[in-house]
Amino acid sequence: MSTTTTTTSAQTPAPVRTYRSYARPLWMRSLMTHEAAVIALLIAVFAWANGNVANFDGPLTLYYLFLDTAPILLIALPMTLVIVTGEIDLSVASIVGVSAALTGVFHVDAGLSLPVAATLAVGVGIVAGALNGFLVAYVGLPSLAVTIGTLALFRGIAVGLLGDSSITDFPDKWTDLAKERLVEESAYPMILLPIAVLAVVFVLLLHFTGFGRGIYEIGLNDEAARFTGVNVERTKFMLFVLSGAVSAFAGVYYALRYGSVRGDSAYGLELQVIAAVLLGGVSIFGGRGALHGVLAGVLLIGVISSAMRLEGETVNKINIVIGVLLVLSVISTSFLSWASGLRSGRRWPWASRSRPDRAARQPQS
Amino acid sequence: MSARTEAGAASPTLELRDVAKSFGAVAALRSGTLEVSPGSIHALVGENGAGKSTLVKIVAGVHRRDAGTFRLLGTDVDFGSTAESKAAGVAVIYQEPTLFPDLSVAENIFMGRHPLRAGRRIDRPQMYAESEALFSRLGVHIDPRRPARGLSIADQQIIEIAKAISLDAALLVMDEPTAALSGVEVDRLFAVARSLRDEGRALVFISHRFDEVFALCDMVTVMRDGQYVSTDAVAETSVEQIVARMVGREVAELFPKVPAEVGDVVLEVEGLNRAGVFHDVSFQVRAGEIVALAGLVGAGRSEIARAVFGVDRYDAGRVALAGRPLPQRRPRAAIAAGMAFVPEDRRQQGLVIEGTIARNVASVIRTRLDRFGLLTARAENKAAGPWAGRLEVKTSALDMRAATMSGGNQQKVVLAKWLATEPKLLIIDEPTRGIDVGTKAEVHRLLSDLAGRGLAILMISSELPEVLGMADRVLVVHEGRIAAELDRDQATPESVMHAATGSVTPLSQEVTA
Repeated sequence: MSTTTTTTSAQTPAPVRTYRSYARPLWMRSLMTHEAAVIALLIAVFAWANGNVANFDGPLTLYYLFLDTAPILLIALPMTLVIVTGEIDLSVASIVGVSAALTGVFHVDAGLSLPVAATLAVGVGIVAGALNGFLVAYVGLPSLAVTIGTLALFRGIAVGLLGDSSITDFPDKWTDLAKERLVEESAYPMILLPIAVLAVVFVLLLHFTGFGRGIYEIGLNDEAARFTGVNVERTKFMLFVLSGAVSAFAGVYYALRYGSVRGDSAYGLELQVIAAVLLGGVSIFGGRGALHGVLAGVLLIGVISSAMRLEGETVNKINIVIGVLLVLSVISTSFLSWASGLRSGRRWPWASRSRPDRAARQPQS
Repeated sequence: MSARTEAGAASPTLELRDVAKSFGAVAALRSGTLEVSPGSIHALVGENGAGKSTLVKIVAGVHRRDAGTFRLLGTDVDFGSTAESKAAGVAVIYQEPTLFPDLSVAENIFMGRHPLRAGRRIDRPQMYAESEALFSRLGVHIDPRRPARGLSIADQQIIEIAKAISLDAALLVMDEPTAALSGVEVDRLFAVARSLRDEGRALVFISHRFDEVFALCDMVTVMRDGQYVSTDAVAETSVEQIVARMVGREVAELFPKVPAEVGDVVLEVEGLNRAGVFHDVSFQVRAGEIVALAGLVGAGRSEIARAVFGVDRYDAGRVALAGRPLPQRRPRAAIAAGMAFVPEDRRQQGLVIEGTIARNVASVIRTRLDRFGLLTARAENKAAGPWAGRLEVKTSALDMRAATMSGGNQQKVVLAKWLATEPKLLIIDEPTRGIDVGTKAEVHRLLSDLAGRGLAILMISSELPEVLGMADRVLVVHEGRIAAELDRDQATPESVMHAATGSVTPLSQEVTA
């Protein structure tokens, strides 16, 4: 069937059609998206803060912004992939906690060299991710329940390792490295290097491989993905392992960045990560989203918090602004899909949610 | 719930005149006209995209019309929601079952209007009793207490029908209700439809099966390209006439398979067994051959195919493709060995309905499209375009979502996706379900053509004319076993139905074809 001629047909042989690749021009496809809106907002807020917030354009603001958002930037990468499949990993902050604690225990208490301690900590993160992945992908439990459980489990381990004490005596050599700048006097800390490398790896993985296409297909319809030959179980398992590994790496960074670890290190970080991912335009139902939007989302939250802190606002006010932004973002996602659905005659997505025919089609796993 | 007026007996129950509806620049319905009298069953026929579904959705209150007259029971109406149309006495049974999977069968039937006991508690015994009464009226046995999840499509549709009947609707619109029903179930449905007609209700029946239209309906309205074409009494017209009006040209309804040279064994299945589903299934499919798995819905045909492809497990047996044994539960291995599988449920399994055409078409072959491990949208588009073109998929661009297309076009996308892998064996489950006549003939011609080029095809079909027209050999499945193997010249409607029902006495059934 490698030829196109129809030998048997007595009817007029229809010419082979050709198609345009895209219905809309490039600028519409790239600019009229949620991701572009988040990036534009990031640029706008950044420019505004630069001009209007005292000390925002100082040398330290950007530097600390990157230092502080580094763990979120890191974990948001695998989290995006996990959420695109329609799953979620709530245990990431607890894995950060375990990894940070282990880095302290192995390096400071047991006297192992830091590279060894860090490798061990990341190894434990991989095991933790594998546990999540096994329970979700192969046992078939819902990831929300599984990772709420392991969130408590891993946090318990972290607290159990350190008790009420904290480990603070990390050698300066390593804590300085975590805060090292790429170039002398620049605003860019060294941690941006591994972040950039991982960001490239994850962008390629999600957007430029068959594995990544499978991730979207699983999120849109895992049954159809299975019928297409996508290994749904293995894909999900791998993503949870990646999530564990990157979270553990973030934990090592966390320990060195603050030079101090406690059982409750990075407590609650998972919600910041998920908020940033959703702000970046990833659908919590899976199947939609892109990494450039997520990275912009993380930085947008970072810039807003940083600017407001410089203005002397309290954490509560910052949280209110970010919360409102997140809600607006979710509404606008629904609004956009409603607007683009106008042509095909659909109604408001939330209006139709109460209809049984839609309810019956909700994801079933 | 009954909004019927006794005085309206002479006036039509439903009256639509020159109704139009556009979505953006696309006119889905230009001038829809339909007049249905009480106490009659009115067939609405037309190719996919002719505007039938849009017309039905206007009646159901899903869409608002842009122009035209819409009268129900003699009064002008304008429904803004499905609730309004339901309250006015319209019940619509859609192609796709729309049940709450986790609720019981009875709860689904009485959703939103459960019978209540004192203290506003749901009266379950009464609900179950009423459900059972409805089912016995339909002549089926479904436990009203079981959850809807896991029911066959046929059973789910029966529940939809029971729900509509329980609503005591003046107008019943059935959008291809028989597509997933077996012969016996269709007969039961028809009996019920006739009794509803005799009660004075009006029924609109949409079907692609003309034998059903002619067996059941009193009147038939033909639509084409969003426009009304004709209305006739069924007794005064013929299939050829209707088909000609639908397509605007003469079409051979079925394209019989051209005999092809039969080659080596491609698929070999031996002693396949899964407890409670299928037993000791052995057969072969050779290159250039179309083998049909016939039988009633629920006989285990799809389950056998799914096990062969590797999405379902089996307890014992062996599957080999081109002499190489295939591992269990590994669709990827089956695909790599040259197997393609077009599943029964297009929207759930055949394609990622929210995905673009390009991604869907390239979804199986994308492993071959990457360069240095990287896959680009450009490569996908380049590979998908020609395959979509070969199957004449109708779309404006490759990044359109599959969900926006008609069923026939979606099926072409699924076929394009699998033919792009250049398979040795094509398993195709209900190749033409929910597809209009024109596309149906195209699919049949394509399958025949593919077999002629040495592809082995295993086809599952519930449509007897399709089985008899296309298959070189027919394997009839009855209760999970291959009850008969019939060659082309042995296969007749009677012999197939006989084996499929496992009946001892010959059937006196008015079988089609």
